[in-house]
Formats: sequence, C-alpha cells, structure tokens
Amino acid sequence: MDKQTRNEKYIEYVEAKTPKAGWFTSLFHAFVMGATICCLGQMFSDIIRSFYPMMDLLTLGSWINIIIITLTILLTAFGCFDRLAKYGGAGTFIPISGFANSIASCAIEFKKEGLVFGIGAKMFYVAGPVLVNGVAYSLVVGIVYFIISLF
Amino acid sequence: MKKIGLQTYEIEKNISVIATTSLVGNKEGQGPLADYFDFIEKDDKMGEKTFEKAERTMFLKALSDVIKKAGLKKEQVDLYVGGDLMNQLVSSNYVASELQIPFLGLYNACATMTESLIVGASMLEAGGAKNVMCATGSHFSTAERQYRYPLEFGNQRQSYAQWTVTGVGATMLSSTHSSNVKIKKVTIGKVTDFGITDIANMGAAMAPAAMETLSTFFEETKTNQKDYDLIATGDLGKLGSDIFKDLMKQKGYDIETNYIDCGHMIYTIDQDTLQGGSGAGCSASVFNSYIIKKLSSGEFKKVLLISTGALMSTTTNQQGDSIPGIAHLVMLEGK
Amino acid sequence: MLEALFMYLKVILVGGTICMIAELIVIKTKITPARILVIFLMVGAILGGFGLYNYVVDFAGAGATLPIIGFGNALANGAIAAARVDGFFGALSGGLIATSAGIAVSIGLSYLVSFFVSSKTKND
Repeated sequence: MDKQTRNEKYIEYVEAKTPKAGWFTSLFHAFVMGATICCLGQMFSDIIRSFYPMMDLLTLGSWINIIIITLTILLTAFGCFDRLAKYGGAGTFIPISGFANSIASCAIEFKKEGLVFGIGAKMFYVAGPVLVNGVAYSLVVGIVYFIISLF
Repeated sequence: MKKIGLQTYEIEKNISVIATTSLVGNKEGQGPLADYFDFIEKDDKMGEKTFEKAERTMFLKALSDVIKKAGLKKEQVDLYVGGDLMNQLVSSNYVASELQIPFLGLYNACATMTESLIVGASMLEAGGAKNVMCATGSHFSTAERQYRYPLEFGNQRQSYAQWTVTGVGATMLSSTHSSNVKIKKVTIGKVTDFGITDIANMGAAMAPAAMETLSTFFEETKTNQKDYDLIATGDLGKLGSDIFKDLMKQKGYDIETNYIDCGHMIYTIDQDTLQGGSGAGCSASVFNSYIIKKLSSGEFKKVLLISTGALMSTTTNQQGDSIPGIAHLVMLEGK
Repeated sequence: MLEALFMYLKVILVGGTICMIAELIVIKTKITPARILVIFLMVGAILGGFGLYNYVVDFAGAGATLPIIGFGNALANGAIAAARVDGFFGALSGGLIATSAGIAVSIGLSYLVSFFVSSKTKND
C-alpha cells in the first residue's frame, strides 16, 4: 500500500471515528444568540429613534453597531464574553460583536509585548482579515460603480 | 547500551529514577489524579506578571524540589535535559540559566518527556555523568496564545479538540544512587505522518506514531501487551486513544485491558476538556506522579510509557501542510 | 404595538437564521470561523453592490445590519453613495467613511480597556 492511499484511508477512517458535535443544539444556540443580539440592537434602535425621529438610517445603523461593540468590549474586559461565545458559536461571532471581541481580546492579550509591537501590531491579529477584505471589497465596488457611472 | 533491532536499545547499566516531582495548575488539581501530584498551584499565574514568567516559575519550583528530594546539591547534577512548548524553549532556557546546571534543550512537542528520559539515560549509560535531571512542562495560557487565539477571544472548540495541561514534571535519573524503579529499554520513534491537517485533531495526528513505535518495540523485543502491567500513551486524548487501540488491533495487539492515556485520565468528563489533556506537561506530570508512585509501590512491575508529540507549527499548518507525529517509548521496571 | 412586535419577530427570524447558516457551515465543512466571516462579508459586499441587501435591511432592521453581512453591505453602500457625489475620490474613501465609527470605537475602546485588564486563565 503506497503512502497516499494509506493516508487517504486513514483520513477517511478518522473522519468516521471523530465524534460529531450535536449539531441540532449548536444550530439552536447560534439562532438564539444571534437573535438575542439583533433584538438588543433593534431595541436600542427604537429607543434612539424615539428621541431623534429624524435620524437617517445609516447613522442609526452606525449607532447600533457602536452600542453593541461597546457592550461586547466591556463584556470581554470583564472576562464573560468567551462564555457567551462558547454557548452561541456563530451566533456571537457573525454579528458585529465577534469583530469587537476579537479586537479587544487581542489588545488585552498582547499588551504585555508593549504598546507598539503588542497592542499596536497585534490588535488585528484575528480581526485583520475582516477589515482588510472589507476595505478591498468596498474599493472594488466603488471603482466598478464609478466606471459604470462614466457611461 | 545494546541495540536490539533497528530502533530499540537495552540499557545495560543500573539506571534508577531516584526522585520525581509533578506540579500542576488548578484545573488539573481538580481532576481525578489530584492525590498523586506533589504541587497543585491554585494561581496558575504564580503571582507573576505574565503567563510566560509563570511557566518559568513553575519549572523552577519543580526542579528545585526534585533536586532536594534526590538528596543532591545543585553542583552534583551533571546535566539537565528537557524542553517545553514555547518557541525557542524559553521557559527551560531561563530556568537553566537560573539553576546554572549544564543544559541540553530538547523539542519533540508533547513527546519531550520520553525524549529527555532517553537522552538522560544515554548520557548516564555513556558514563561520566552520574545524575541527570529530565524535565518538561507546558502551560495552557502560554500555549493557547502561541498556537491558537487570545484567551478572551470567544470561540467554540471543536468537539474533538484537547486542552493543554498546565503542569511540569521532573525526573532525576542516577547511575550511582539506586531506587526501585529502573529504566530498562527505550525505543526511539520515527516521525510518522498520515496526512492529518486539522490542527484541532492532534490525537488522530499522533496515534499512528504511537502505533508505529509500540508495535516496533513489541516486534524487536519479541514481547506483547501481556508482558506489561501498564501501557501508557502521552496525550492522545479519548479520540486519539480509541484510534490508537484500533490501529494496534490491526497490527494484532489487543491492548484494551492494561492501557491508559495520560491525557484522557488527567481530567474528568465534566471538566469540559472535550477529548482530554495534551501538551508536554501532560505525560510529564502524570508519569512523574501516578505512574512512578504505582511503580515504586510495586503495584505495577513493568510499564511502557509512550509520550506522543504532534510536531506542528502554525506557519506550516496555515500553508496547508500536514501534522507529523512522533512517539518515543521508555520501558520502566519496578521491584 | 402589534406592528412593533411583528418587527421584532422579523429581526429574530433574519438575524437568527443568518447566524444559524454560519453555524451550519462551521459544523459541516470545518471552514474556520475567520474564513466564514470573510465569506459572509463578501456576500454582503456583493449584495450591497447590487443594492439588494437594502431590501433585507428594510425588512428586518437590526437583524440585517448587525451580522457581518450588514457590515459588508455598509462598506459597499458607502462606496457607491460617495462615488455618486465625489466621483473617483468617493469610490476610494466611501467604504471606510461609512463604517469608520464602528471601527474607531472598536480600536479606541479596546486600547482603553487593555490598560486596565489582563487576560485571565480559562477554566472551561
């Protein structure tokens, strides 16, 4: 048996042997956590709108993001966010809370390496891909739109 | 020492394990082996500022204790061999600098404990050195930030992941002092790669290496599982040890009855470590507590310790390379 | 009152479902969370680029803006809106301007808390 077929057979065997997480519960948890965070956001949005009925939707959306981000970073600082994430899985990392948590956790973790090479360089150790790709996509969309609008 | 077969060596001198120390963190101290450990540190930061410093302090405490227990002075320890999981073996290096004992740094990931026992025993066998100290350890919080994510980062572990043990194990080997427990044979493993790429599934990456080493040992010594009271692997975890048992069965060895895995037994299920412990400190702390105590009390006579290591690097893993595994075997005999 | 209740139902449905789909991908394909974030972001940017996601936002409010797809949508929308006003310069700056508040708060607050808090050992 050559090495490749041996490896393929072994990987197949490991796949079958590896316990699968109870996926129904995980899905349910993700749904509950995601829905809760979004409801919280909607609640703040309603509160803000009751005070400033004229606020435009983009600014309102930004304010909701800011509130959820602030709450997440505070929870991360108090060391409770990882518990929530353990329960919620994708329900916590898909909303903006996941982005905020990854930045805050990196800042807290790497502060021992100093302000420059610790916090400064490693703050986006986990969140970097999101920001880099996001900015790149927005550039593509913007430039494509600009080119189309020329004609 | 005499070579038997291609990978196994027989130790000809009288090499005894004269003292051992095990030091673990709080979580390990709540596990089923709590009564066997010498030190259980409630604060796994050890009062230090960083976890890296804490790991060093743990090493220093364990090593100072094993020297004291062996009844030796620092100057009488000819050599210190060992390592840890940190890049450049920083923890061991700093401790070696503190202790001022000649030092050989070793790295075989979680298999470093048996690797150091093999190197230590060989140095004694070669003559010259009389007392050699072997020590390895790991720390959950330093390993986590080096290999995975920041501690406060919220992520779900895969159901087949393992938990890095916070712990240090130190063994004093001697050719002049004697004790009940002796090292008799060693098998140096080959790096074995069955193509596993999932960084969380280390048990599956290491199980083939353990199987290769153990079956080679059986073949070369013409023995089988029935000749030993205990066969202990290092940190395959629950899933890894199930795979290991299956692989051994395919080779014709049924090791169901006298087999344990240090990683599997160091935590209970309700400690939420999924498949169990891993890390260099796993087999080190269990070997230097549970296994050695049972050996010297005479409950076990012949024990095989197979520490297993997943030789991964986050760089090569991100480049899509597979995770090679290694396993070294040490055969110990009690009275 | 009933209308408000209905709105929250829609928020729960859309927000929960997006997260559930991501969880399903995590379980079934072993794609790491970081990759899924990037994939969802890309989906958001594409939908936003074609102006489709705004219908979802109108339908479900925070249930659509909070998930990372909404972030991608905001980036794309920002770039388009600015390009409409400022031309090429807007196409370059618009995405970041639209999302700058969230990013700035994330960075600033993380910086701040890191002075007061150190990472703690996990026990589970």
